[in-house]
Amino acid sequence: MSVNAIASYKQLEQQSKVKNLILRWFLYFILILFASYFIFPLYVMIVTSFKTMEEIRQGTLLTLPGELNFKSWAVAWGGRGYGAGDTFLRPYFWNSIKMVVPAVVVSTFIGAMTGYVLTKWRFKGDSWIFLFLLFGCFIPFQAILLPMARTLGFLGISNSILGLVVVHIVYGIPFTTLFFRNYYVSIPNELIKAARIDGAGFFKIFFKILLPISAPIIVVTVIWQFTQIWNDFLFGATFSFGKAAPIQVALNNMVLSSTSVKEYNVDMASAIIAGIPTLIVYVLAGKYFIRGLTSGAVKG
Amino acid sequence: MKTLKIEDLSKNFGSTEVLKKINLEIDEGNFLVLLGPSGCGKSTLLNIIAGLETINEGNVYIDDYNVSKVEPKDRNIAMVFQSYALYPSMNVKENMVFGLKQAKTSKEKIEEQLKKVSTFLQVGELLNRKPSQLSGGQRQRVAIGRALVREPRIFLFDEPLSNLDAKLRVEMRREIKKLHQTLKTTVVYVTHDQTEAMSLGTKIAIMNHGVIQQNDTPEIIYNKPNNTFVADFIGSPSMNLIKGNLVQNSNKISFVAEGSDNSIQIPMNNYNFDKKIEFNNKEIYFGIRPEHIHFKKSNENDFEIKLRADLSEYIGHEQIVTFNYSNQEILAKFASTIKIQMNKEMSLYFDLSHISLFDKSSKERI
Repeated sequence: MSVNAIASYKQLEQQSKVKNLILRWFLYFILILFASYFIFPLYVMIVTSFKTMEEIRQGTLLTLPGELNFKSWAVAWGGRGYGAGDTFLRPYFWNSIKMVVPAVVVSTFIGAMTGYVLTKWRFKGDSWIFLFLLFGCFIPFQAILLPMARTLGFLGISNSILGLVVVHIVYGIPFTTLFFRNYYVSIPNELIKAARIDGAGFFKIFFKILLPISAPIIVVTVIWQFTQIWNDFLFGATFSFGKAAPIQVALNNMVLSSTSVKEYNVDMASAIIAGIPTLIVYVLAGKYFIRGLTSGAVKG
Repeated sequence: MKTLKIEDLSKNFGSTEVLKKINLEIDEGNFLVLLGPSGCGKSTLLNIIAGLETINEGNVYIDDYNVSKVEPKDRNIAMVFQSYALYPSMNVKENMVFGLKQAKTSKEKIEEQLKKVSTFLQVGELLNRKPSQLSGGQRQRVAIGRALVREPRIFLFDEPLSNLDAKLRVEMRREIKKLHQTLKTTVVYVTHDQTEAMSLGTKIAIMNHGVIQQNDTPEIIYNKPNNTFVADFIGSPSMNLIKGNLVQNSNKISFVAEGSDNSIQIPMNNYNFDKKIEFNNKEIYFGIRPEHIHFKKSNENDFEIKLRADLSEYIGHEQIVTFNYSNQEILAKFASTIKIQMNKEMSLYFDLSHISLFDKSSKERI
């Protein structure tokens, strides 16, 4: 190789190094910009929740509180202690827990079962049933409000947590079925045949063979259902009021019904409390969530 | 008593007929291979024998007992699958004893069977591993072990070697052969690989479009194919089928290839015509395997002909040479040491003791 050629290669190398460096910094700049855009509201919420009303009035959105003041958190959670008109989150938080746990467990289980039948015990017309179930995913919430209200009234469970549980189970089945069906479709049918020859029946195959390898999709489904049900406002607001309301409805009532002065610190604390459970679920199961969403066949 | 008997069995999925009037019998201790191209119905037939698929018409008998409506677990069979189908959440031991546990076998008996089989298959040190921690060959071995512990009357194998790489496949093939020689259990084995079929089977049933084309020993299938499908399917490269006519001259019958003046005299003392038919001017296929076309005269009856070599494919220990026989392609197999000159006529010798003749319209052997 001639001396000239080497020199020109060196020059090219230098140029591309500089170019890469600039692009990289540009990339980080964009990423940081977007990240802060998303984190900013959370920052404001957290900071505000620890401020006193005095500090809120005097400072800007971004100023840090003088000291960590948990008073507004206590008020949001447990109220001020006087009788009438005092709205606080504690009872509604438990309402939501009582609603979300059975609804998630039952809808996930039914979805798993339905997905199992639709993939491993095929029958005539099963793909039509699956198609109709898929339609369930696309029905807007508003469309089912009236029929559902009638149904709950007929069953005698309107304005109760049980009623909400039923609504969320029914509405969740299309989604949970879709998840499990798509997961089980990738599991070889030979596994089922082998188990049948070994003498296992319908339920034994489900519980002993399929369920133990369903962890990734169970996690996905649980996260999805938990988030949906916990964050739901429309069903909660429509089908329950007063003591039976879930936390999102209570949060709304609390923020909107404050008289005289808007207590931003209490509002912020309440909003965070209402959001914490979904955060916890994401943090605990997050890595399975990604793995479950991307995992295809279970080989082995 | 027949270990397995299939009687007038038909199966269709919707309007597609998958199996048409299948009749099949297997004697105790035989190794029957169901061989055919994909989609010929062989796997469906195996699934029906196992009881995993329902029957539309006909019956399946195991030890003369009609099992057509009997559950898979009660048929006294065991099956090995192409994807091994080991239960992913269970370790090797749990996989192997799952069936016995379902059948409420006593603990001592389970332990005894497990020990016997795992020693026999040399999977003793794998017992606590999960299937995902095993290699392909080990998985296959465990799958066979799971079938063995049940001590079935009939083993069913559904393309058990097709997921293995070429080298391992040959190894496992020999192991399955050994296994059968040792245990002498009746086996039904599905494959699309003719080498597997030839080397393993005591009987081969060749299937196409849901019909059994021929069911016989590997030797007969190879040397006396029933029809052109079997002739074409078995052998690599497959049998040459030369188009032409039969000509009868007093009691001599000879073959004249299309567009050729050469007539090949059929050795009547050597070739048994299946049926009494009118030979003169009959349109037929003249079948001869590539290895029965020789470079040197080896037999007095050999038919000599001069043909032009068009193409030579070197495949190691031998070469496959394409000749032009009055515009029909003919393949011959020679040792690779022989030097063949391309585009030049050379003398070839057809060994007429190994020919097959097929009716052109019915494609059946005559």
